[in-house]
Amino acid sequence: MTAPAAAVERVFREERGAVLATLIRRLGDFGMAEDAVQDAFAAAAASWPSDGVPANPAAWITTTAQRKAIDRLRRERAAAGRAERLAELMRLDAQEHPDEEEASMIRDDRLRLIFTCCHPALAPQARVALTLRSLGGLTTAEIARAFLVAEPAVAQRIVRAKRKIAEAGIPYRVPPDEELPDRTADVLRVLYLVFNEGYGATAGDDLLREGLCDEAIRLGRLVCALMPDDAEARGLLALMLLHDARRAARRDGDDRFVPLDRQDRDRWDRDRIDEGLAALDAAMALRRPGPFQVQAAIAALHVDAPSEDAVDWAAIADLYGALGRLAPSPVVELNRAVAVGFAEGPQAGLALLGPLLDEPRLGAYPPLHAAHADLLRRAGDRAGARAAYDRAIALGGNAVERAELARRRDALGG
Amino acid sequence: MPRYTLLMYQPADGTGAPAGQDEWAAAQARWQGFLADLTDAGLLVANEGLAGTDAATTVRVRGGATEVTDGPFAETKEYLAGFFLIDAPDLDVALSWAGRIPSAEYGSVEVRPVWGQGGS
Repeated sequence: MTAPAAAVERVFREERGAVLATLIRRLGDFGMAEDAVQDAFAAAAASWPSDGVPANPAAWITTTAQRKAIDRLRRERAAAGRAERLAELMRLDAQEHPDEEEASMIRDDRLRLIFTCCHPALAPQARVALTLRSLGGLTTAEIARAFLVAEPAVAQRIVRAKRKIAEAGIPYRVPPDEELPDRTADVLRVLYLVFNEGYGATAGDDLLREGLCDEAIRLGRLVCALMPDDAEARGLLALMLLHDARRAARRDGDDRFVPLDRQDRDRWDRDRIDEGLAALDAAMALRRPGPFQVQAAIAALHVDAPSEDAVDWAAIADLYGALGRLAPSPVVELNRAVAVGFAEGPQAGLALLGPLLDEPRLGAYPPLHAAHADLLRRAGDRAGARAAYDRAIALGGNAVERAELARRRDALGG
Repeated sequence: MPRYTLLMYQPADGTGAPAGQDEWAAAQARWQGFLADLTDAGLLVANEGLAGTDAATTVRVRGGATEVTDGPFAETKEYLAGFFLIDAPDLDVALSWAGRIPSAEYGSVEVRPVWGQGGS
């Protein structure tokens, strides 16, 4: 790639979200702002190779996008409040540097955009697509490939979401204090969904799906930078980093899934782990515990142990207990049963897992039967273990995980 | 200011609705309080409760012929029990008022912007 083309690409990845966020506020129109930003990047791609990359590429894009927006607004004679908006844009364009008020608005624009994209009045899938499209550097085609859906379906989701924002009057702002905790939780959920879509991936274009993890982490860092006092945002960032650190070790040389207990710890990403542990420390220093922080603490206990035998399962079991109190769910109970099974022995684990087998929401959940099988195997019940592995395999899950379960079942012997 | 309708749906079988004299009186007081707050905020445009679907009649004109049938357009588990028409600066404000409607605790409230006031 030539230097100017690389510069356009870099500015696109790093600055597009911020420029777009500011233009949406100034224009009061999602679609027109996107078009103007698109125009600006097209102009950069056309002129930077001959004119050279400007000294401050991000500022060049911002100014150009702003002028393209003015051009577009001039042509849109029917736009509501057109005259006032044009006057305001011209005033801002004439400023060498933004005044204090505008500068403080600009600082929060990406936060406004995140909260708008993750508004609970939008469908969850639309929140994901809109967030990745607006704040992430992903194209509609990339989102479609990463989520294994047809591109027109993603495009449609984004169009509908933008139309709803305009028609329903979803405000472009950071929610007031009383709504902030709930709305922040909505944002973090979207980021975690994006991360898990990438992390749980076993099908489709691997590189793109790994890109989802990187994108979720990048947005997680952004949210932490914009809301430094939010403990759960830091907890989520820590959780994502600590999981992502193990990404390479989850596949062996033959591309087979490797479960946590058999992973090569030398293949874990030390930088990611250190950053994750630092994020967790920063979260806990805020003294406002939450589910993401507890999950990150559990992940930290796994990566911090020098070997699989040294994992502090009793502490992990306690943390699952705490998580169950913060966010009760049968899946958390299942994980607690597994941890207790390691801390106190398979019989203690089976005692906790037993009631879950009758839980209707969990009956068809393959990991329940896989965990049941593991506990039965360790308790010496080979026939029971075999039946439970068969059930887990029959219930589906993905191909690599099924292969791993079959391996364990076949290792039971006669 | 944008205008929104808050459409109040309630379970057709009355599940969760106030039952008994005391509950009914308490519910009445909450409805009056809500209406007073909305009025004081200067946002109320219109409000009506609707008679039950037993009193509904449906009219269709097909091929120039008017067809009148007894009952609602569609039998559903939840029926439209009433509405508020309010002015609100944005959806978040409309949603927060919707969340204060007493029947939201056992029915649901659909918030719909009035057509043609936003978007392009």
